[in-house]
Amino acid sequence: MIPAPFEYYRPREMAAVLALLAEHGDEARVMAGGHSLIPMMKLRMAEVPHLIDLQDVEGLSGITVSGGEIRLGAMVTQAEIIDSKELAQAAPILREAALQIADPQVRAMGTVGGNVANGDPGNDMPGLMQCLGARFTLVGPEGEREVAARDFYEAAYMTERDDDEVLTAVAFAVPEGGYAYEKQKRKIGDYATAAAAVQIRREGASCAAASIAMTNLSDTPVWSEAAAEALVGTELGPEAIEAAVTAMLAEIDPSEDNRGPVEFKRHAAVVILRRAIARAWSRA
Amino acid sequence: MPDKMHVKLTVNGEAQEFLAEPRELLIYALRERLNLTGPHVGCDTSHCGACTVIVDGKTVKSCTLFVAQANGAEITTIEGLGSPDDLSPLQRAFREHHGLQCGFCTPGMITRATKLLEENPTPTEEEVRFGMAGNLCRCTGYQNIVKSILAAAAEINAAKEAAE
Repeated sequence: MIPAPFEYYRPREMAAVLALLAEHGDEARVMAGGHSLIPMMKLRMAEVPHLIDLQDVEGLSGITVSGGEIRLGAMVTQAEIIDSKELAQAAPILREAALQIADPQVRAMGTVGGNVANGDPGNDMPGLMQCLGARFTLVGPEGEREVAARDFYEAAYMTERDDDEVLTAVAFAVPEGGYAYEKQKRKIGDYATAAAAVQIRREGASCAAASIAMTNLSDTPVWSEAAAEALVGTELGPEAIEAAVTAMLAEIDPSEDNRGPVEFKRHAAVVILRRAIARAWSRA
Repeated sequence: MPDKMHVKLTVNGEAQEFLAEPRELLIYALRERLNLTGPHVGCDTSHCGACTVIVDGKTVKSCTLFVAQANGAEITTIEGLGSPDDLSPLQRAFREHHGLQCGFCTPGMITRATKLLEENPTPTEEEVRFGMAGNLCRCTGYQNIVKSILAAAAEINAAKEAAE
């Protein structure tokens, strides 16, 4: 498969990227690892007359953990997330999730920025970032702004990012307590049939704080405040978990596709959330 | 029609230079311009791994990389890993342990496995299976591929110890 022709740019500075976006409007798109965009261009489902490759742009790489904050440059690959000892220590849920994305070759190219910016409901990082309460940095002609991951997703492939902006980094506080990223998929490398990101903080015998987000069960990730609240203050007995699952089910809205009918996806969501809560609690 | 661009690559140690449209995929540049027909076009959708090559030290699926992105890169294909007279340990192991049947996936398998053993010289069976998850084989059922990679790891490690 051969994509439609395009002009190719590989600028070194963000100012040049922004100038190209301003000049070409919606005929231009930025590309990180390209492992979502290139397949769509090959299928000619995406036409990009002006393709801006971000690989040489300064300031988009690197993982930093300092002062209780974690920052990932947009061009950090899934493979770099997996290999980072610092990150495995500070936020092991990222490694757990990244290991369940695609396969080694794709993880060598696929980036966290592309994963969160694309707005594909099947991507794993958006739900995870909502669970962690992450913020995305957007740079545009008006300068820089931060948008909460929980406010970023509007619909499938529709996000708070404007066409003339570039997502440059994700940042979040070092998470506390137990964690789990559980994902049901048809085969290794597949998108989720259902996935859940869970962080739980425990004090004594009871749950002091929780955060729950679901992936690929709606046209956006679903951060369920009600599901988390059902756990807080309890000892995570069967009733509390049932209440969390019921709250989650009220908020997801899966659609039928080649991963199964709606009923099956709702069933998978329940199984996955139960597993994720149990594992996060066991680590809390 | 956008202009062609000057592309410079180092492929299997040799400098290459040609004019290409930016949209040309790396796999076609390798196969059709440079006659390196070891890497194969399998699924053409970044699933099967038959097109796997090493680009600047990473194993990537060359059907999902524009030649423009690879401009300036160092690339190794299966042709750079061994030759009929001088097989690499992995190539020998695949032959000895029947790690292939039709052979279509084999160049990608061996290229990926080469990188896997660089990153993890002593993998468990499970680590081999997980590390090879981006390469599909429709013939072997994978058993003998895993066996071949484990055997090659043992051989490489034994040779290293003998050298020390």
